[in-house]
Amino acid sequence: MSFTTELKVARDMVSATASQNTTLLSMQNINKAFAGIPALTSASLEVGVAEVHALIGQNGAGKSTLIKILTGYVSRDTGDITFDGGPFQARSPQDAQAKGISTIYQEINLVPYRSITENICLGREARRFGLLDWKTMHQEARSLMARFNIDIDVRKSLDSFNTATQQMVAIARAIGFKAKLVIMDEPTSSLDEREVNVLFDVIRQLKQSGISVIFVSHKLDELYAVCDRVTIMRDGRTVKTSDMKSVSKIELVASMLGRDIAQVSKHATAFGGRKGKVGDVVLEAKNLSAGHKVQDISLSVRRGEIVGLAGLLGAGRTETARLVFGADRIHNGTLTLNDKPFKPREPIDAIDQGIGFSSEDRKLEGIIPDMSVAENMTLALMPQLTKAGIVDEEQQRVIVEKFIARLGIKCSGPSQRIRELSGGNQQKVLLARWLAMNPKLLILDEPTRGIDVGAKAEIQTIVKELADQGLGVLMISSELEEVIEGSDRVFVLREGHKVAEFVGKQINEAAVMTAMAHGAEDNTIGQEIKP
Amino acid sequence: MKKSSLLSALSSQGVLIALALLILFGWLRYEHFLGLFNISSVLRYNSMFALVALGMCFVIMAGGIDLSVGSTAALGSVVAALLSPHGMLIGTLGGVAAGLCIGILNGLVIVRMRILPFIATLATMLAANGSALLLAQDQSVSVSYDGTFVDLGQGDIYNIPIPALIAVAAYIIGSIVLNYTGTGRAVLAIGGNEDASRLMGLPVDRVKFLVYALSGALSGLAGVILASQFGAGQPIEGVGWELFAIASVVVGGTLLTGGVGSVGATLAGVLLLGLIFNVLNFENGLGWISLSAYWQSVIRGLFLLGVVILQSRLSSKQSAA
Amino acid sequence: MSNAASPKTIETNTFNLMAFLTKHATLVALLALIAFNVVFTKHFISIQTLNVNLTQVATIVIVGVGMTLVIATGGIDLSVGSMMAISGAIAPLIFLGTAVHISEIHLAVAVGMIVAVLAAGAFGWFNGWLITRFRIQPIIATLVLFIAGRGIAQVSTNGNLQPFKLGEFQWIGLGRWFGVPVQVIIMVVLVAIAAWVLKRSLFGRQILAIGGNERAARLAGIPVARVKRWVYCISGLCSGIAGLVVIAINSSSDANLVGLGMELDAIAAVAVGGTLLSGGRATVTGTLIGALIIQLVRYTLLANGVNDDVAKLVKAALIVLAVWLQRHGRS
Repeated sequence: MSFTTELKVARDMVSATASQNTTLLSMQNINKAFAGIPALTSASLEVGVAEVHALIGQNGAGKSTLIKILTGYVSRDTGDITFDGGPFQARSPQDAQAKGISTIYQEINLVPYRSITENICLGREARRFGLLDWKTMHQEARSLMARFNIDIDVRKSLDSFNTATQQMVAIARAIGFKAKLVIMDEPTSSLDEREVNVLFDVIRQLKQSGISVIFVSHKLDELYAVCDRVTIMRDGRTVKTSDMKSVSKIELVASMLGRDIAQVSKHATAFGGRKGKVGDVVLEAKNLSAGHKVQDISLSVRRGEIVGLAGLLGAGRTETARLVFGADRIHNGTLTLNDKPFKPREPIDAIDQGIGFSSEDRKLEGIIPDMSVAENMTLALMPQLTKAGIVDEEQQRVIVEKFIARLGIKCSGPSQRIRELSGGNQQKVLLARWLAMNPKLLILDEPTRGIDVGAKAEIQTIVKELADQGLGVLMISSELEEVIEGSDRVFVLREGHKVAEFVGKQINEAAVMTAMAHGAEDNTIGQEIKP
Repeated sequence: MKKSSLLSALSSQGVLIALALLILFGWLRYEHFLGLFNISSVLRYNSMFALVALGMCFVIMAGGIDLSVGSTAALGSVVAALLSPHGMLIGTLGGVAAGLCIGILNGLVIVRMRILPFIATLATMLAANGSALLLAQDQSVSVSYDGTFVDLGQGDIYNIPIPALIAVAAYIIGSIVLNYTGTGRAVLAIGGNEDASRLMGLPVDRVKFLVYALSGALSGLAGVILASQFGAGQPIEGVGWELFAIASVVVGGTLLTGGVGSVGATLAGVLLLGLIFNVLNFENGLGWISLSAYWQSVIRGLFLLGVVILQSRLSSKQSAA
Repeated sequence: MSNAASPKTIETNTFNLMAFLTKHATLVALLALIAFNVVFTKHFISIQTLNVNLTQVATIVIVGVGMTLVIATGGIDLSVGSMMAISGAIAPLIFLGTAVHISEIHLAVAVGMIVAVLAAGAFGWFNGWLITRFRIQPIIATLVLFIAGRGIAQVSTNGNLQPFKLGEFQWIGLGRWFGVPVQVIIMVVLVAIAAWVLKRSLFGRQILAIGGNERAARLAGIPVARVKRWVYCISGLCSGIAGLVVIAINSSSDANLVGLGMELDAIAAVAVGGTLLSGGRATVTGTLIGALIIQLVRYTLLANGVNDDVAKLVKAALIVLAVWLQRHGRS
């Protein structure tokens, strides 16, 4: 109730400024260099009042630097910013927030153990007689959440709700702070399709109430669903800004890559032209279950076969892979490896049997940042590289140099710290970690996430060649093209169950998507996580 | 289920239940356990620890740790004893101010130089110890019995020891600050997720600085009571206080990672650990068995072990669910 | 991003001296301290000064070796002082015949020393078990033994002082081989072994991988729990040895005092020595140098007429400075 009036006021304010000027934000000729290396060269960005503006570009194109300058994380070298009709300069994210620019981050930046109310009201608490007025704050939190048709107990702690709800709390917080511009940095990366739709409804509501949105995403389809205009960046420069309606997907990709349209339209991935022969079954999983995330899943991988595991976020893909690798405990079901029963209790058991697993989270579960390229690469191979507990450095060097050459890893040498490498090269080192032990089965969880297009294609080619040479690959990917073009067989998971299996020519976008989405209409936003 | 509420509720009520059981046990078993003299002496002695633990509780809730509390209290006792001829007020203010100085130093080193709290407060622990010994010229400093200074530690109001009244007042204020002020909420938010709190625009550095300053001041106050209670400023006292305080806070159910905590349960934790010693004394007095006083640290350790294992089981059950 | 390597190599070539200085900052500081003393402190260059300073740091470094490994895994061990007290209490109980009677004195001493060190190692293993089995933070898990451990030592000796005068045992604290104090030899041997293990062995690689990124280490097949238990066990063994050295020097075992405050001295030596307190990067020789720096600063101040209490203030500042410099060296 109080909220509607608030909105009305906000709308009036906005329309007042809008009548004079329809541009909310204007960044012109922004230059920024880190240690002499230019990150932004004369970049610009304009966002209108009540506009949803997409910002896209490859990794390293400069979008995050541009956003960081806007939100006061880093300072610009030169350039002009005007916001809401005046020159703008944010000293810190707090300062930007106070001046009307709020940011919703990819990984949700709220406080897990505190209540929804606290997360919404922290920093601008209601007070009575100098002390906190919990009643008013709860009310305000409830009315803000009600805006998204979410009716929840705002006194409960944030970590008892799912990711999508948490994201709504973050947005509610931004609105509570009377943001005029909300920046969303890959907000859909951890949401499933239903949740994405709810988010889009919310974005449209924001737009209606005069709030502008900068929407950063890698998923092109989403841009068409919700954005008015798009700005494309490449190599620290603004390539172009155009209306969403008047630009095709292929054009977007071409501008991002700086390539010919004809070149791009051929293949979205580098998987084309598989020619290996599929052999005997390497891994057979029967009726795997663990908690509610993996229920009764059966699948198999053969020699020389790339098996895709498709599904929305939370469908149980990573969880299934972790069971096979011994990273989590299997409650029910059996695994067979090369016709022998296989019961991994720890990852080491799976590794001993020739299974490799590359995690979806490179930083958290992949690299050891302070260790060298060589040490990272040989981590799983260590027991074979040691005699009487001593590392054979010479043998290590030979292996490492072989893989640096074979995978085209760009580094100053085997002893360079892995943290200094780019994401794509780090991923290649991790791939080499498993290839070095000559695996029978390789599990790749999101092998190309968060790396630039060039490295992506290289990794896809490597995986293809490995399969051609007879390696069994179980691949999880959230990029549909990757699964569809790369896989010889696709299993589709939904809500912890296997719902479909496609082989060879049966694999197509429509079929897989239907299986992924089938029966998924109930709304889970606002639901508590049940034990 | 929800990690925070279930965990904090269960473990904070756990400490209350354990405390109640221990008191019941003592009441049934020993004649004078709930006698005025015993209650009053237990409260008087443990008030110092209660004050130190309160400061520690705030520091831990904010995701930090303060190892300097013991030697800060010793410094406070020395300064208070040196100033005690000038009266109670000057002595008290002096002791608290000395503690505050160490707290401020902690805050500056941690916030400005961005040094891990663990290592920063380890250094200031040494610094406070050195300063206390310097001021006291390597011996204990007698307090002046002319004025009212000794009443602070030894006196009563309506049969209640004054140190206990001070501690209770501190806990009530602490509880209000935690639950009903923005700063209190910010303490928990910062402990829960410091980066997020920064992005939310909370004055992270200021709040962190404040909790260390508070911890220093409360340790100084504990030192004042120490000096007044035992009639001397004691530069080498306070060894192991920091770990006793941490144990009390943890037994009280506050998560050591920060973000969840309760002031009241910390007080219960202090009393629980303090009463173990008391019960041991009574048990020896009965003459059935003879346990040396040294058993108290073993039993305290076992208590801490039990609580910590319980907490870990609870949290692992939740993450599995 | 891909060409990030090329400007880097140029940089290292031009700023070679600077890189060397920051890389070996602790060593440079130690040399500077020695140089200062050679010029300003009377009688500094003598075998006696050397021996005094080395014996002072020996126990700290022996404990510091275990502490370095623990910190390298991203942990901490607060219970080292208590484990020293336990070891220091058990050994005399055996070789003085209080607990068990062994008539042959050499055998009694040998059994006493071995049992004492193994007991401390067992308690260390218990720390590791708590940490890995229940996923308790190291600072809390070892706090349990910090509190209870000294109690165990006190209870087992009833809090009594155990005085002795026993050459068969006290060589470990008072003896000399080729003019070098035995404890210094033990220290040097332990440092050498640990430094070699960290650099060259599988175990060392596993320790650093766990400290660098525990989840990644597990997924790469490193037996995290087993490595951690061993590391805490080693810390216990080192503390056990240090406990024996201390009681041998004192000619008596006082469970109330043996190893008191040792955890802080050891952590300080590790921190000043340049080991990353968050784990993943460690140097055992650094810990030795760190302990020497702390000791030498104190010695320098005392030798030049500065109060010992002031020396404590300087030591505090030194710890803060070292960690601050380390942080800046990284960023």
